[in-house]
Amino acid sequence: MWQLLQIELFKIFRKPRTYISFGAIAAMVIIVQVALKFDGQSYIEFILGSLKETLDIPYATILNGYFVCFIILNLLLIHIPLLIALVAGDEVAGEANMGTLRLLVSKPVSRTELMLAKFFATVVYTAMVLAWMAFLSLVLSIFVFGTNDLIVARSNTLEIIGHNDVMWRYLAAFGYATVALTTVAALAFMLSVFAENSIGPIVSTISIVIVFTILSEMQIPLYDRTVKPYLFTSHMLGWKGFFYLKADAEGVSIPGTIENLPAVLRSMGILLGYIVLFAGSAIVVFKKKDILS
Amino acid sequence: MKQAVIYIHCLVMNVINVSHLSKQFRDINAVTDLSFSVQEADVYGFLGQNGAGKSTTIRMLLTLISPSEGEIELFGMNLRSHRKEILRQVGAVIERPDLYKYLSAYENLLLFAKMSGMRVRRKQLIDQLEMVGLADRADSKVRTYSQGMKQRLGIAIALIHDPSLVILDEPVNGLDPQGIADMRNLILHLSRHLKKTVLVSSHLLNEMEQIATRMLIIDKGKKIIEGSVNELFDPAKTIVEVGTADTTEAAEIISRSPWASHLKHVQAGHIVFELHKNQLSQLLKDLAIMNIAVTAFTPVNSLEKYFLSLTGTNQHVAAFAN
Repeated sequence: MWQLLQIELFKIFRKPRTYISFGAIAAMVIIVQVALKFDGQSYIEFILGSLKETLDIPYATILNGYFVCFIILNLLLIHIPLLIALVAGDEVAGEANMGTLRLLVSKPVSRTELMLAKFFATVVYTAMVLAWMAFLSLVLSIFVFGTNDLIVARSNTLEIIGHNDVMWRYLAAFGYATVALTTVAALAFMLSVFAENSIGPIVSTISIVIVFTILSEMQIPLYDRTVKPYLFTSHMLGWKGFFYLKADAEGVSIPGTIENLPAVLRSMGILLGYIVLFAGSAIVVFKKKDILS
Repeated sequence: MKQAVIYIHCLVMNVINVSHLSKQFRDINAVTDLSFSVQEADVYGFLGQNGAGKSTTIRMLLTLISPSEGEIELFGMNLRSHRKEILRQVGAVIERPDLYKYLSAYENLLLFAKMSGMRVRRKQLIDQLEMVGLADRADSKVRTYSQGMKQRLGIAIALIHDPSLVILDEPVNGLDPQGIADMRNLILHLSRHLKKTVLVSSHLLNEMEQIATRMLIIDKGKKIIEGSVNELFDPAKTIVEVGTADTTEAAEIISRSPWASHLKHVQAGHIVFELHKNQLSQLLKDLAIMNIAVTAFTPVNSLEKYFLSLTGTNQHVAAFAN
């Protein structure tokens, strides 16, 4: 199994398309960092909205590496699924299209092992994309903008997180984001089993993510109760929960706490359930599939 | 004594044993009730036109497709229950030798050697590439290879784990005359010198005739004829197509006569016999004695023509003309 995983990782990281994700993320993160470096105040004013008229905003303090990382996560995590689907949707369909699938399946390796190796290789790729994003958006931003307390805008208030209480939250957030994006990877992987060309699974995955995201964002009471809690897209932004702190009786945030940890864990559980469902379905279907490509 | 019995058993061991194999894709019968066996060190020719069911059968042998009915045994083991064990002893090139184009020949070979459970050194892989004449291009990306080079790399991959059984599906497709000759020599080398059993499919009868020891002809998923090439190509034997006004009645009469054993095939309009050349005049006389109105009496003297007589479409003519 370890040997198979190594083989699959070798193939993924020798494919030119794999590096599209890393290049695109680098470009997007650097563009945001440059924009904030030269015109960060305008952006802060924009996101604070009416709060800037009632509070004296210390722009120079707010615009630090942690804040920039939070902005980048908000902007980019919605778009990363496309980059994940690009590789995950190619895992089986790409092999079918190239004609290498028949050679793989005729080797003395069980189909379940082969699929598990492919899936775990996709998970490793997803984690590496997130690690790359974490490096650029957090480490590079800290290097360029320095560190200070993190200020997070909520609907009507500002959440202030002490600078020594931030780093573990980012680690948890990136960990959560890895699970969220692995759900997208698992969906693309499952769709890949049904296709003989990777375009179909990639486009289908993105279409499903878009439709589900729209449903998740719609404020319709009927959907709020019946559909939204079960859509994986409703839980993909659950990483934000790590940046909301519990408050004491006087409304002061308590350092080192998370406002609603059970909700974050429940969302993560739902995402893990989807991963098992998608990956399991892919294996079951592939085991019975006639390889005609 | 016990050793002698085991030895005799080994001598006649079938490497492949296929019984009553069928595959249905929705309403299409790709393979119907196909049975055949391949003995150790045979070069077994699997012959039929495009779409005859050769590739479907080969894919079933390699577990790419599951049969609708029937059983497959390789090396005396059931393919379903001993899949891994069996596939460790099988090397195959299935239709086109499609490989990872973004990897080099060396990397492709390394990857598939590892998948076959091997621990290999670079020298071993380069030696393998040397065998197929690709050592000097070992580090070139496969996307820069010609069709013939890809085919040779496919062969190197099929043989890297030293399999006992080699399955080659249409190995000469897309090759130039030199490539075809090289492939023919390689197959003969595998069989004669390395004592490997080779199952090779083709739609080219003349190619099969040159390399195969035994042969199976398949059409529309059904077995037409199987036998040793010497037997099938015996120059003393001939095939006769006899045209009659009422084929059904004529066939019934013949089936009760001594000529029944020579009857090969009956279809609308004519009856096909296989017999020794010096029996031709006797057959003609006996048909007259049996009151069978003969409208045509056409001896055909090759397996190719016989095959055409059985399937009789222009497509075959085109295929065999190559």
